[in-house]
Amino acid sequence: MASPRLFRPAARLLSSRLSARPAFPQAACTPSLLRFRRYATANGTKDVTVRDALNEALAEELESNQKTFILGEEVAQYNGAYKVTRGLLDRFGPKRVIDTPITEAGFCGLAVGAALAGLHPICEFMTFNFAMQAIDQIINSAAKTHYMSGGIQPCNITFRGPNGFAAGVAAQHSQDYSAWYGSIPGLKVVAPWSAEDAKGLLKAAIRDPNPVCVLENELLYGQAFPMSEAAQKDDFVLPIGKAKIERPGKDLTIVSLSRCVGQSLTAAAELKQKYGVDAEVINLRSVKPLDVETIIQSLKKTGRLMCVESGFPMFGVSSEILALSMEYGFDYLTAPAVRVTGAEVPTPYALGLENMSFPQESTIVGQAAKLLRL
Amino acid sequence: MLSRTLRPKASTLPCIPFRGQIPSSPGHRFRAHVANIEDIPTEEDKPFSVPIPEDSFQTYNFSPPPYSVETTKKQLKRLYHDMTMVRRMEMAADNLYKDRKIRGFCHLSIGQEAVAVGIEHGITRDDKLITAYRSHGFTLMRGGTVKSIIGELLGRQDGISFGKGGSMHMFCKSFFGGNGIVGASVPLGAGIAFAQQYNENRNVTINLFGDGAANQGQVHEAFNMAKLWDLPVIFGVENNKYGMGTSAERASAMTDYYKRGQYIPGLRVNGMDVLAVLSAIKHGKEYVQAGNGPLLYEYATYRFAGHSMSDPGTAYRSREELKAERANDPLSTFRDKLTNWGVFTEDQAKEIDRSVRETINGEVAEAENSPEPELKADVLFQDVYVRGSEPNQRRGRTIDETYYRG
Repeated sequence: MASPRLFRPAARLLSSRLSARPAFPQAACTPSLLRFRRYATANGTKDVTVRDALNEALAEELESNQKTFILGEEVAQYNGAYKVTRGLLDRFGPKRVIDTPITEAGFCGLAVGAALAGLHPICEFMTFNFAMQAIDQIINSAAKTHYMSGGIQPCNITFRGPNGFAAGVAAQHSQDYSAWYGSIPGLKVVAPWSAEDAKGLLKAAIRDPNPVCVLENELLYGQAFPMSEAAQKDDFVLPIGKAKIERPGKDLTIVSLSRCVGQSLTAAAELKQKYGVDAEVINLRSVKPLDVETIIQSLKKTGRLMCVESGFPMFGVSSEILALSMEYGFDYLTAPAVRVTGAEVPTPYALGLENMSFPQESTIVGQAAKLLRL
Repeated sequence: MLSRTLRPKASTLPCIPFRGQIPSSPGHRFRAHVANIEDIPTEEDKPFSVPIPEDSFQTYNFSPPPYSVETTKKQLKRLYHDMTMVRRMEMAADNLYKDRKIRGFCHLSIGQEAVAVGIEHGITRDDKLITAYRSHGFTLMRGGTVKSIIGELLGRQDGISFGKGGSMHMFCKSFFGGNGIVGASVPLGAGIAFAQQYNENRNVTINLFGDGAANQGQVHEAFNMAKLWDLPVIFGVENNKYGMGTSAERASAMTDYYKRGQYIPGLRVNGMDVLAVLSAIKHGKEYVQAGNGPLLYEYATYRFAGHSMSDPGTAYRSREELKAERANDPLSTFRDKLTNWGVFTEDQAKEIDRSVRETINGEVAEAENSPEPELKADVLFQDVYVRGSEPNQRRGRTIDETYYRG
């Protein structure tokens, strides 16, 4: 899980005994953009890790909006349990980057209260598994208040943190909550896969006037993705509710989200290589609202639909998409839509068993081949 | 210290010295007092001091509020008027419920009026207030109209939340509800105070919950953060002796709720005495504004009605107890006090009662005559999300009822 405190900047150690610090220390004023190692390519794209993309999004939004602050466990002095908030304390000071006690219901409720009072908090959960302690505040206090007040009491808050599959951490630390939050009216839910997704969606979430859950994935934090020149700018925002076709194809539509998008792309490449099949891979990006239009358009083109996700199978994201495909695209389906999901077991610890309980590339390829009768 | 600075000059007040802490027992209740005061000014606006009985406060690591409060005849009459308004409005709601015009939940605060009214008169409209589900009185005091509150209970378009919230979910400026989940509003209130501190304004947040909620874990999480960060918040347990039908003694290992902040100074106030509440809030606000961090108040009060409309309120408490508590009725004892002091005559009090009844009847009739929300998708789906940021489509009960934006 969390790496040791290797990344704690020396400056932070030196100043750790000072209680008052200027909000914008001179030394830390370098734009975060310049502080990360990147590899430029000829067309202006750079390889950026998801972690750095999230960090950049946070820094840009903290910079541009004084109502925004981030709070959570270990976000400040420790630099984030997963180092997503690295350097933010040094740059923005303890007023805006706040370490909380380990009290999810309490600090989540506090953040929601601050949002009701007009601030734009970013509430980090060390993982969404721990947000179960606070899910009442997310749903009953944040998501429903605007409606219950007849529109006079908005709640502009962003909940973020790693969600879903993580390696070797067993059942209590690797559950996917997309379906849980995705079912709640009043919430918006995004699940980034690439670095561009991460930056664009997190910024959109912070700017959105509604409560938004940003479901990140721990295993993606260290993965680097090419980031376009446009995405490197500080005005880059992705629309919430719009899916992205990551790989166009004509034979099969694979709808996926978060980490499973990468697995689906690998599987699609294998399908092409092995069988000469062109699978279209849709990265949902947003769980709520769901981009039904893009899914159905693709389904109309390919006639076959497969969902890939890592949540529990029952009442999940793919169950929803399969139901929608029947409601909106039944006449276009040439075969029953299928889903590849996590298994209906609490995540086991042992590697072999863990592999059996989450979608693997081979599972996706196998299921696609079966669907296509290859 | 602070109480001394607040205490009015001896010449203006028959000063009752503080006699140290009164030993508390779970059964300790405050008695109604009528002390005489002399030299009531004839002018409505001329300030003078009125005494507060010496058993009105019990402290925990905290100095007691002054045992007198500076006020005017006008304000005293206003306090009486406001308490009568809350009482009459709740009685109107009671009747409407019994006529089956109000659906679902309806928690009445009959008997607890002095808390809502006393607090409101001790703070300003820029101070924030959040409470739990027994919220009608607070909504009225924070600026909601009787018509909008009764309208909301009746599920009308003119309700304060346009008929979408109901009894427990009413909001207005500086008032954050009306919250239906026991205990969950307490961290929210800490967050509102956090926002005040963040914005560097000097107002306070009044954060109310019941004796039942006081045992919730997240209440203590909120205490911890509030003290850790010195948030400008006055937590307040409205102890009406019962969490639904479970008495405080049957639910709490320690019923001195004002001591349960441990590291937070506390004060138990006679919540049946509007002047004691007023004095306590003024005192607490000054303490919190000075940057001293949070306070934990306990308003010892009593609910004359049942927990909700389905509860006659007799299964878990005796008629004798109810009768004894009725002798402490915050409204009638205050009325006696004011007539004894010569603030108003019996006839003038009756005149206030009459005008309040008239106002309430008028506004209730208006609310009853106001339309129900239009039964169309535009209304049903409106305000789930902030306007302009709604998803393109949302599903109704069937695919045909899918609601498209715009």
